[in-house]
Amino acid sequence: MLDPLHQFVIQPIFKINIAGFDLSFTNSSLAVVSAVVLICALFSFGLRNKSLIPDRLQAFIEETYLLIAGLIDNNVGTQGRQYFPFVFSIFFFVLFGNLLGMVPYMFTFTSHIIATFTLAMVVFLFVTILGIVKHGFKFLSLFAPKGLPNFLLPAVVPIEMISYLARPISLAVRLFANMMAGHTMMKVFAGFATMFGVYGFIPIGVNVILTGFEIIIAIIQAYVFTILTCVYLNDAIHLH
Amino acid sequence: MSPEAARMIGAAVTVFALYGVGMSMGNLFSTWISSVARNPEAEEKVRFMGMLGFALTESIALFALLIALLILFK
Repeated sequence: MLDPLHQFVIQPIFKINIAGFDLSFTNSSLAVVSAVVLICALFSFGLRNKSLIPDRLQAFIEETYLLIAGLIDNNVGTQGRQYFPFVFSIFFFVLFGNLLGMVPYMFTFTSHIIATFTLAMVVFLFVTILGIVKHGFKFLSLFAPKGLPNFLLPAVVPIEMISYLARPISLAVRLFANMMAGHTMMKVFAGFATMFGVYGFIPIGVNVILTGFEIIIAIIQAYVFTILTCVYLNDAIHLH
Repeated sequence: MSPEAARMIGAAVTVFALYGVGMSMGNLFSTWISSVARNPEAEEKVRFMGMLGFALTESIALFALLIALLILFK
């Protein structure tokens, strides 16, 4: 009996055992590799002509470049331009990871908390180490909001520190919960279709709408992940 | 009370969090619509913040779902 949560089980495709560590190539690894291959293929194929007047696919790719560049310019400022490849990669990796899960029988690797937590920790550690390298000990002034009277500092600084540490957790859980909840809902409604008998088309109709909703959510969640990355970068580069 | 029954009740209680989320979503979209209605030129400027607000509020609803699932299946 398959339950709605069976879709998230990681199954190895090729078992590889190196020195006692289970490094097998699983369906999650397949999704990750497919996402990266698809991104590289899309970009190298779309930009193959490098024409001054772009055709449709090249215009689309240039539009996505402008989207991320606009994000960075609005949220980080001109100093953030050097971090463009990082933000770009994060956006497209999360976007393709989410969208690949909408393909039937494909695995959503962003629906595992370990994958999203790794992504969020990469962003968090990058931003924190960047801030410390750039500002030294003045980085701790991030926790003292501007215009705060000095006697309130012992009360506010621990709260600010805790909310700073909550950033990677919230980043990870937001993406993970959105992906997992969407896919679980789709499987639950699909399970209703056999129970309803002749009215089974109603859950399937709801599933059609849910699929559309899930695709929108996939794109929006990738966008929100990237926006928050830019906001945290802004916090680290310009301390308030 | 058996642990199984307590689990069910615990998971059901987490649904109360969705009250706040529903209010916030309604507030967000109502101010979005009325601000665009008052000043149609500002549509592109409010769209970005509106989408950001929607996604961040939606994530609170999913935190509640996460806790319900944690209670049910741990």
